[in-house]
Amino acid sequence: MNILLAIILGTAFGFALDRAKASNPQKIINMLRLKDFHLMKVILFAIGFSSLILFVLLSFNLIDPSHFSVKKSYPGVIIGGAILGIGFAIGGYCPGTSIVAAGRGRKDAIIFILGGLLGAFFYMLIFGMLKDTALFNPIAGGTVSIAETTNPKFTSLFNNLPSLVIAGPVALIFITVAFLLPNKTESD
Amino acid sequence: MKENLIWLQGGFFLGVVFLAAVWIIKPVGVSTEFVIVNGVVWNIFSPELITQNEGNEPAFSSTNAYLNSSGGKLAASVANPINYGIVFVLSMILGGFLSGLFSKKKLPDTDKISPTVWRERFGENTKKRFLLVFLSGFLVLFGARLADGCTSGHMMSGMMQTSLSGYLFAAGAFATAIPVATLFFKSKKR
Repeated sequence: MNILLAIILGTAFGFALDRAKASNPQKIINMLRLKDFHLMKVILFAIGFSSLILFVLLSFNLIDPSHFSVKKSYPGVIIGGAILGIGFAIGGYCPGTSIVAAGRGRKDAIIFILGGLLGAFFYMLIFGMLKDTALFNPIAGGTVSIAETTNPKFTSLFNNLPSLVIAGPVALIFITVAFLLPNKTESD
Repeated sequence: MKENLIWLQGGFFLGVVFLAAVWIIKPVGVSTEFVIVNGVVWNIFSPELITQNEGNEPAFSSTNAYLNSSGGKLAASVANPINYGIVFVLSMILGGFLSGLFSKKKLPDTDKISPTVWRERFGENTKKRFLLVFLSGFLVLFGARLADGCTSGHMMSGMMQTSLSGYLFAAGAFATAIPVATLFFKSKKR
């Protein structure tokens, strides 16, 4: 059953990323050069919209809080993000979009994936040396979200306020910015 | 759909998938599966990599510190790789393929090597593109593993749940990506 769901959701995700033009490195690079905000609008709206519905569902107990998966915050998240950002800018792919682009027939995406496998392998080899360093010290208590998820495994910065009071306005900000960013598409 | 609202359609569709994933199973994530693929290949060449601990906790352990971390969760996935996570990611290839199949616009062969913005700056040299895109893949997945998530897991799934880690990740990623892209692709003329 889970495997069937994985096939359906994975295929839909790949299809959606491709139709949103996220698998096109041209769109990624020009977004990062602040020349073309198409993808930025797509991503901000997707986050804001899904977040709003998610927390509305949570407020009505229509979603199982154990499905939430809040990841730990630690300095390595920021540093790892910064290292990822360099590669993201040069290649124009992130892990998810490279997979989709490979399916679309882009050969450079396959090379990116091979480089990615090696990069992940290198991390596996040196993790033993990093694991006890300050890179992994928790920030703000570790697995923390801004709005309360009602999952006892995670903490929240605003645990005494209803989730939607925090998450709702945050989501609306994302959606508003998505609408306000210019629609100019200088290249395809 | 009106030309200037195509982004809304894309964002809506993507948002629905993210929501469906959390609602039915768990948030979307991609970069972990690169580790699982590595582990499976590694385990073929040196079977002592993963140990199954009969009746003991954790159920799986590994001689590799990373696979062994978080209670051997990754070691367990390497031992039994055909599970939700990997099938999800492999299905994304199918999704990309189907999107292309049903698309009226065919992808030009030159775009399969490098995007226009790249060719305008660096020319059509395939070797140069492949070398640098290989290096960029290396950096992206190394960074994603250090951060314990990538654009899907941290930025989209994370910020959707208002996870602090999603915001930290996005701040780190855009802090380098924007200046690097701006400088790297700066046109020679002007």
